[in-house]
Amino acid sequence: MYDSSKEAGPIHKPAETNVGIMVVFIFFVVSIAGLVEIVPLFYLDSAMPAKQIPGVVWQRQPGQTLNDWKAGDGVRPLKPLELAGRDIYQKEGCYLCHSQMIRPFRDEKERYGHYSLASESMYDHPMQWGSKRTGPDIARLGGKYSDEWHIQHLIAPRSVVPESVMPNYPWLAENKVDHTTIASHMKGLRTVGVPYTDEDIAGASKAVEGKTEMDAMVAYLQVLGTMVKFQDGVEYRE
Amino acid sequence: MEEAAAEQKYNFDVVRWFAVMTAVYLAVGALVGVYIASELAWPVLNLDSPYLSFGRLRPLHTNAVIFAYGGCILMATAFYTVQRTCATRLWSDKLAWFTFVGWNLIIVSAVITLPLGITQSKEYAELEWPIDLAIAVVWLSFFFNFVMTVAKRKTKHIYVSNWFFMGMMVMITILHVVNSAAIPVGLFKSYSAYSGVQDAMIQWWWGHNAVGFYLTAGFLGIMYYFVPKQANRPVFSYRLSVIHFWALMFGYVWLGAHHLQYTALPDWTGSLGAAVSIAMIIPSWGGAVNGMMTLSGAWDKLRNDYVLRFLIISLAFYAMSTFEGPIMSIKTVNALSHYTDWTIGHVHSGALGWVAMVGIGALYHMLPRIFHRPIYSQALVNAHFWTATIGTVIYIVAMWVSGIMQGLMWRAYDEYGTLAYTFAESVEAMHPYYAMRAVGGGIFLLGTLIMVYNVVMTAMAAKNEGSVKAAQTAAVTA
Repeated sequence: MYDSSKEAGPIHKPAETNVGIMVVFIFFVVSIAGLVEIVPLFYLDSAMPAKQIPGVVWQRQPGQTLNDWKAGDGVRPLKPLELAGRDIYQKEGCYLCHSQMIRPFRDEKERYGHYSLASESMYDHPMQWGSKRTGPDIARLGGKYSDEWHIQHLIAPRSVVPESVMPNYPWLAENKVDHTTIASHMKGLRTVGVPYTDEDIAGASKAVEGKTEMDAMVAYLQVLGTMVKFQDGVEYRE
Repeated sequence: MEEAAAEQKYNFDVVRWFAVMTAVYLAVGALVGVYIASELAWPVLNLDSPYLSFGRLRPLHTNAVIFAYGGCILMATAFYTVQRTCATRLWSDKLAWFTFVGWNLIIVSAVITLPLGITQSKEYAELEWPIDLAIAVVWLSFFFNFVMTVAKRKTKHIYVSNWFFMGMMVMITILHVVNSAAIPVGLFKSYSAYSGVQDAMIQWWWGHNAVGFYLTAGFLGIMYYFVPKQANRPVFSYRLSVIHFWALMFGYVWLGAHHLQYTALPDWTGSLGAAVSIAMIIPSWGGAVNGMMTLSGAWDKLRNDYVLRFLIISLAFYAMSTFEGPIMSIKTVNALSHYTDWTIGHVHSGALGWVAMVGIGALYHMLPRIFHRPIYSQALVNAHFWTATIGTVIYIVAMWVSGIMQGLMWRAYDEYGTLAYTFAESVEAMHPYYAMRAVGGGIFLLGTLIMVYNVVMTAMAAKNEGSVKAAQTAAVTA
């Protein structure tokens, strides 16, 4: 084995001969990048530059419920049925083939719509931006197809898109949403910062009771990208 | 005689178990990989079953190859090399067994929960919070035992392979704790503590450093011990190892941001990640050169040393992947490559070409030394080498072609200024390459099955011959 002792200089020798010093050195050196790249994202305004633009984030007035929100009022927490749909989206691993992050390119604008804003996923724990488009981006899928199309497409994708390689999801139509857990899911999200009110949570179980996973999934897919109404001439990114 | 002395001085029992499981898990991980690759080529294979659908099996594939195969070979080699380079037995045999049993239970729980759809839906960190807690405990047991073994070493200096192993252990601990922070809302469900843009940056800080520290630093620890040992020559340059190590520790951590170019992540973060990514070519190639040049004057050994072939070709793939990666992080290239199969190809040139090959080489190096008899069949080692290499190359080429083609089709315009292709047309165009990928993966899988057979036959022959027992009881002059 190679003997390094003859070459170790005065700076490196302590680390090479004392395991405690080595571990501390490593800890210090590997921490730097995270402190520079991640920590500022929690306090810099530039992390979510569009947040202050009117109509980007829904400003809920006291006494308003999620049902008082109208399409285009801005980003809001998901309604119980939509949240149940998002839970299924996570469970089935949809994010592995579909992105929810449109980049500011001409072709993406024409194919998918306006580029995505950071604010649009501010209530997404965790985010579902994805990293791969085996299927198309679905950040602005909401409203593009009818509910009936989605149901048919989820049960048998190739019956509506012959080239598709998506799995069939027939079980979504058969499985019922678990209405006993949705309130605790919303409470958990509130703990990490999603502004659900007590009223939102109180009515959650009833809102999803008797619904199928298909109902929930379609509700989620139909709200994607519809929360913000983009105005011409407004720069949403710096 | 020397090996019998080592057997009695060191704990090789736990190494033997990790070594056998390494071979098994690589085959299982590759099998799941080939299956899901086939699902993309022939979607009927999803069989309308939730438990076999692509979205649930894909995390099983990544977890199996990264944490089951990767974890077992890292733990096998870390425990093997730390004892030999420090000339001392493991600090605690019991803790090492706790690590072995704990890690395998985690793998079993992953195999059960992921097909059931129990997931945090964070890429490469899907396992739910109770398993995450178990991972933290078992990982720290591995870390602590390793550091304590280094602390009681009989040598003055800490050998370079141990630096890399400890670099991995420190960083993975930090990454796992920060990235997995979540609020449990049930035994099998939790929500990430972070959302949106912050979560994206944290996820890819984890994601790229699972690559950078677990699959690179840890496996470089393997490289720095096994390449010199197998070649029977000292490491080419001590200075280069120091530079390689600290540049990697400092530099790799910045790279995660390059996964988020042109997304809603602020521009400065992505650009910073890309700039450091390009700079990382230098230490990465420094390390690859350091490994390869260790062979200088002994290149003829490649002619008949099949184990050395695995180790050296892994360095060639390492050099290629660490060149390709920085190129893909350049914004203009990334605009094309992101979201396409090119990324998948890049990952696999690293994962199959580097991570798997160097681990396999190390495993074959250890086998005769921990079972105290020759490998069952050298011819099968050679057969494994060629299937692994050919399978990897077919896989990568298929993904290069499909990835670049996808990227170009998505942005193509016709003469009227409208998009030339629908998305569905790009999916259809991928079919031949998805089939080709499945074939390449299948050839690689065949190689892993050959390895499992060879490892099991070696272990069984050792048992029948009593070679391990003989080594344990042989009279050795201390």
